[in-house]
Amino acid sequence: MADRERRMTPPYGGVFVARTTVLDAAQVRRALTRISHEIIERNQGLDDVVLVALQTGGVEIARLIARILFEIDDVDVPIGTLDVALYRDDIGLRPVMPEAETDIQIDLGGKIVVLVDDVLFTGRTIRAALDALTDFGRPRAVQLAVVIDRGHRELPIRPDFVGKNLPTRRDEVVDVNPEGVLLGEMRK
Amino acid sequence: MSNHLIDLKDLDTEAMRELLHLTDRFVEVCQRPIPKVPALRGRTVALIFFEDSTRTRMSFDLAAKRLSADVLDFPTHTSSLSKGESLQDTVETIRALGVDALVIRHSSGGLPGEIADAVGETISVINAGDGLNAHPTQGLLDAYTLCQHFNGAAGTQASLSGLRIGIVGDIKHSRVARTDVAAYSSLGAKITVVAPEALVPDDVSEWPVEVSDDLDAVLSDLDVVGLLRIQKERITDDSLISIDDYIERFGMTESRAEKLRPEVAITHPGPVNRGIEIADAVLDKRPNVLVQQQVTNGVAVRMAVLFRLLGSGIEID
Repeated sequence: MADRERRMTPPYGGVFVARTTVLDAAQVRRALTRISHEIIERNQGLDDVVLVALQTGGVEIARLIARILFEIDDVDVPIGTLDVALYRDDIGLRPVMPEAETDIQIDLGGKIVVLVDDVLFTGRTIRAALDALTDFGRPRAVQLAVVIDRGHRELPIRPDFVGKNLPTRRDEVVDVNPEGVLLGEMRK
Repeated sequence: MSNHLIDLKDLDTEAMRELLHLTDRFVEVCQRPIPKVPALRGRTVALIFFEDSTRTRMSFDLAAKRLSADVLDFPTHTSSLSKGESLQDTVETIRALGVDALVIRHSSGGLPGEIADAVGETISVINAGDGLNAHPTQGLLDAYTLCQHFNGAAGTQASLSGLRIGIVGDIKHSRVARTDVAAYSSLGAKITVVAPEALVPDDVSEWPVEVSDDLDAVLSDLDVVGLLRIQKERITDDSLISIDDYIERFGMTESRAEKLRPEVAITHPGPVNRGIEIADAVLDKRPNVLVQQQVTNGVAVRMAVLFRLLGSGIEID
């Protein structure tokens, strides 16, 4: 899990303690391979497909997906990164800082944007990301790929590509990285 | 110091680096096809400029608007305000309107700080230049511009270490000089102030700088030449040298610019007295004259300051 998510998850200043391993490295890899095939299938190839990784948890995942897409279809899919801190709806309610780089070099107008994140939870980050994307052009379509869908949605948002649906308690924390997915909690 | 920005001397190097790194983010925002974010929607920023200002006021105005804040322009020249109780009443009125931040410029040094003490935690006060005292966002944007020029960006560990910076002009009457010295020295630069003796501040021995009255003697040692705007009357009245003599000794003339290594950067806070601080040809044609970049970066720096104070939920410490 990214540093920022760690710091922004109550209890603030706690440490992540893992309880179970949900996916190991090979399973993460297989899930991302399946997602990659699904992206190609849904879009009938990779023409106009752009990955936009959500900072910070989506970046490593998007790089892996791009590599797998290249292995499958021999296409270099462009990757952008997006920090949605300035678009969040909880500015002023909790500490928010745009600490990570937004780097979208291409005009997204007419493109198929696949947003990539590690975990889909309340949906508020994705809501903010959809707002942010409109400032970079008008994509033909926006799709969402996540490694883990942990439920507890607070907005009408759903993923297009999911590594694994994982029922969780609200106070639990999901840690995703290429080496595996862990379920646990923050402890003081 | 908490929810105000009054003087860069109140910030430690870490706090300054954080603001500069935040500026990296807003530089990127300003380059987007739609350079506007909703971060400060519903917040109101009042611009209260008792001293004439075009660029600083426009820069703050634009910064607030690019963060989606509302901007309230307080017309100081049409109200019969003077320092003292009536000003306090005015501030109270503006506060009662529901303003979140006051951006204040005043000819009286220390006034923004006094207002900040008076309003406490309820609203943020940002000093946009007070007398001969300080101009913190100018110091930040000058430091940012040099970080960007020499290192590409500020990054998390912004540093001007190893750079030799000359600040040239009327140091004594310049809040920009005071603020730039605070910013540059905090980031590790070596500073030389260059001025006629009469325009060197009396307390300069307490500044972290070398002092010279001979620009040509120090020129070859500098990586950055920071020119200050001069006021002609002050030069002639205080230093007792003519404008022509000033240009001869301290102006960035074409012949002087030719002696500079091409990679030496030249800054100027603007507005420029063409032909006095810097020759037309140098300003318009020489590479590494960063004047326009300073203006561009000013917006991003002020966005960083406004967001840090009003939006981040974190206090500057």
